[in-house]
Amino acid sequence: MKLLRNVILAACMGLGLASCGDRERATDVAAREGVLMMGNGSEPKGLDPHLVTGVPENKIISALLEGLISYHPTDDLKPEPGMAESWESNDDYTVWTFKLRDAKWSNGDPVRAGDFAYSWERMLTPALGAEYAPMLYVIKGAQAFHNSETDDFSTVGVKVIDDKTLEVTLEGPTPYFLNMLKHYSFFPVNPRVVEEFGGMADRSSRWSTFENYVGNGPFVLKEWVTNQVIRVEPNPTYWDAGTVKLKGIEFYPVENAATEETMFRGGRLHMTNTVQPDKIPIFKEKMANELKIEPYLGTYFYRVNVTRPPFDNPKVREALAVSFDKQLLVEKVTKGGQAPATGYVPAGIPGYATSDKVQYDPERGRQLLAEAGYPDGKGFPNAEILINTSEAHRKIAEAMQAMWKQNLGINVGIYNQEWKVYLDSQSNLDYDISRSAWIGDYVHPSTFIDMFTTGNGNNDTGWASPQYDRLVAQAQVASSEDERLGLLRDAENLLLTELPIVPVYWYTRVYLKDPRIQGWNPKLLDNHPYKYVSINAE
Amino acid sequence: MAKFITLRFLQGILVLLGIYAVTFFLVAATPGSPFSSERAIQPEILAQIEAFYGYDKPTSERFIVSLGNILHGDFGPSAVYANRSVTDIIAESFPVSLKLGSISLAIALLLGIPAGILAAVKKNTWLDYVPMSTAMAGICLPTFVMGPLLALVFGLIFAVLPVAGWFGPEFVVLPSATLGLYYAAYFARLTRGGMLEMLNQDWVRTARAKGVPERTIVWKHCLKGGLIPAITFLGPALAGIISGSFVVETIFQVPGLGQWFVKGALNRDDFLILGLTVLFASLIVLMNLLVDIAQVALNPRLKYD
Repeated sequence: MKLLRNVILAACMGLGLASCGDRERATDVAAREGVLMMGNGSEPKGLDPHLVTGVPENKIISALLEGLISYHPTDDLKPEPGMAESWESNDDYTVWTFKLRDAKWSNGDPVRAGDFAYSWERMLTPALGAEYAPMLYVIKGAQAFHNSETDDFSTVGVKVIDDKTLEVTLEGPTPYFLNMLKHYSFFPVNPRVVEEFGGMADRSSRWSTFENYVGNGPFVLKEWVTNQVIRVEPNPTYWDAGTVKLKGIEFYPVENAATEETMFRGGRLHMTNTVQPDKIPIFKEKMANELKIEPYLGTYFYRVNVTRPPFDNPKVREALAVSFDKQLLVEKVTKGGQAPATGYVPAGIPGYATSDKVQYDPERGRQLLAEAGYPDGKGFPNAEILINTSEAHRKIAEAMQAMWKQNLGINVGIYNQEWKVYLDSQSNLDYDISRSAWIGDYVHPSTFIDMFTTGNGNNDTGWASPQYDRLVAQAQVASSEDERLGLLRDAENLLLTELPIVPVYWYTRVYLKDPRIQGWNPKLLDNHPYKYVSINAE
Repeated sequence: MAKFITLRFLQGILVLLGIYAVTFFLVAATPGSPFSSERAIQPEILAQIEAFYGYDKPTSERFIVSLGNILHGDFGPSAVYANRSVTDIIAESFPVSLKLGSISLAIALLLGIPAGILAAVKKNTWLDYVPMSTAMAGICLPTFVMGPLLALVFGLIFAVLPVAGWFGPEFVVLPSATLGLYYAAYFARLTRGGMLEMLNQDWVRTARAKGVPERTIVWKHCLKGGLIPAITFLGPALAGIISGSFVVETIFQVPGLGQWFVKGALNRDDFLILGLTVLFASLIVLMNLLVDIAQVALNPRLKYD
């Protein structure tokens, strides 16, 4: 082996490859210099906080911009002061007043309360077509403005008292408004810069390219090479620049999990975005220090099209939901420490325990199916599971197929569609059973529960329950948090009785992390304020 | 010859127009939209976005507008990557693919053609068997096996080369070797076949009988004709290599065109798909023209007509 190695080394030298040999790995050099190299999934579609919707984008934007409230390094609920130095609300949580600190944009402009008003107006301007605009509907009058019922932004509950004071009036009592504010759809943009590059409603504005980007976050954009790397460096004008420890972050858009793993092991990444499920048992054994399995606020489930027989019968849906062994599935198929979903809203939300309503009970499943008119699956029509093309989804679907066959005697097929086609089929209700998932936008059950109201764009099951709609509406205006959580609990129970969805598992974040990284704590929404992160040289 | 080139060039333009039209209408007829996302978009928002990109107009009208734009060299914006135009994307990734492609092609030709000639001249000796079995294995070993294998050996076990990325000369070695070796195998087999056919010609026997040295027979008389199959393959190979190999680019994280082909298709990014299709088709048309010219130059039995 040694001889071979020397031969190869000599050959490399011969080829004039200066960097060959026992050189330091790129990650070692970076660690010494305080630069974090992380895998970041796919190439970001953009870095304009008002136009993007994805996780890779979020991870970069949260280094470049800061909202009124920031993510706390360890506590998922605790509001961390961001641009807002202090805040208060009236007794019923409908009017919030934020005092802004003395902060600057990376071009030296001061951050003013008016910048937030401008940003939220931009987000809600119909012509911009911001996909996340409905997040802001919590603000009074925002929906009407967004739906072009008025073009007067002063009707929206956002009031600039002075340069340092912002008053926000909400549609209803929302004690968790501070949690929502952490989401990038509430982030500010610099109005002067946006106006310079084409104005508020220009979707293809070049203000967010790396040459022009102006932020107010702990880092500034230094380099953006498409499909290769995005580099950020500490922002000298950041109000809390003293806390920032890293000397830079490099985000690598690596979509292929195998490549990412090779890069991690080959000293080109300190942290991966994901790992291949099949490798998890090996990593557990051989890279236990690097492998991280952490809870994540997401649910993997199957949507059931309740407009199609036999799935219009709740008994059939319940039979499906109780007749596969989730425990077996997470142990043998997904392997990433996921928790079997006995309810819909995932674990970890303070004050809201998970439901245990949907338990594995094949005996009951058979009985329900018989009551629905299909004893031992006899006469059950051909049905199919729709998945988007992916090996991991196929494996899960195959496991479900086998367990339903064994427990209920029904034959279910599997077919895959490309992502965009699959999305179309799902929203057109052109499926029997469809693989789905939902990741929370903020830490509150409503981010999961609200979507199954009648006609909600994310419902996609055809399920409509006036009672459910009523519970959700009541929750939105509940006067206390206890009452609200109680109403949402009732709504979830109803959802789990009618079962337009079959819960499968609760997500975990599984990734590889260099032990030298400090200050990177498990977080339910996978948001890690970078200013607290550091990396040791050793 | 000028007439031949002009004629073929005009044919090429027609082919490109045809390809463009077919691609446009196929893309328009495919289900899915560049703007759909897992989180439902409200119909009003969707309508705004669609209007921005011109999707509110009928397909035929969109075709005429987009054709006009393309003829002016404007491939439009990317429908998915905000604030990037298709021209930006191509301008950024094409040079990378060109570099990776030319180096790979050089490896392919420098290894493949001599190996093929050697195998043909030393037919049925170990100098034939060894390179040809290796070549067969090379053809059978797809790049998605070869790539990780090379990365494992040179990047992880011996740690002499970077496993992925595109930041300097040493990063070019593994991807171009993966791509180059694969095509080298093809060139070796094609060259061997072409050379053997030549070496078995009657006039070669005559030449040998007359005492012409073997070296002259191989290099002077047979090489030109023997290379024809390889040259024919060169056209598509060149276009394929240059426009990027998705697999190799993914394995080694090379920011070339190939990744965009796949991203464009998966994202249903219509403008990007069309722009790349036009680029790829033009490359093929151009390469085939060059190959045709080269073939006539090599083979006196063909004429430009």
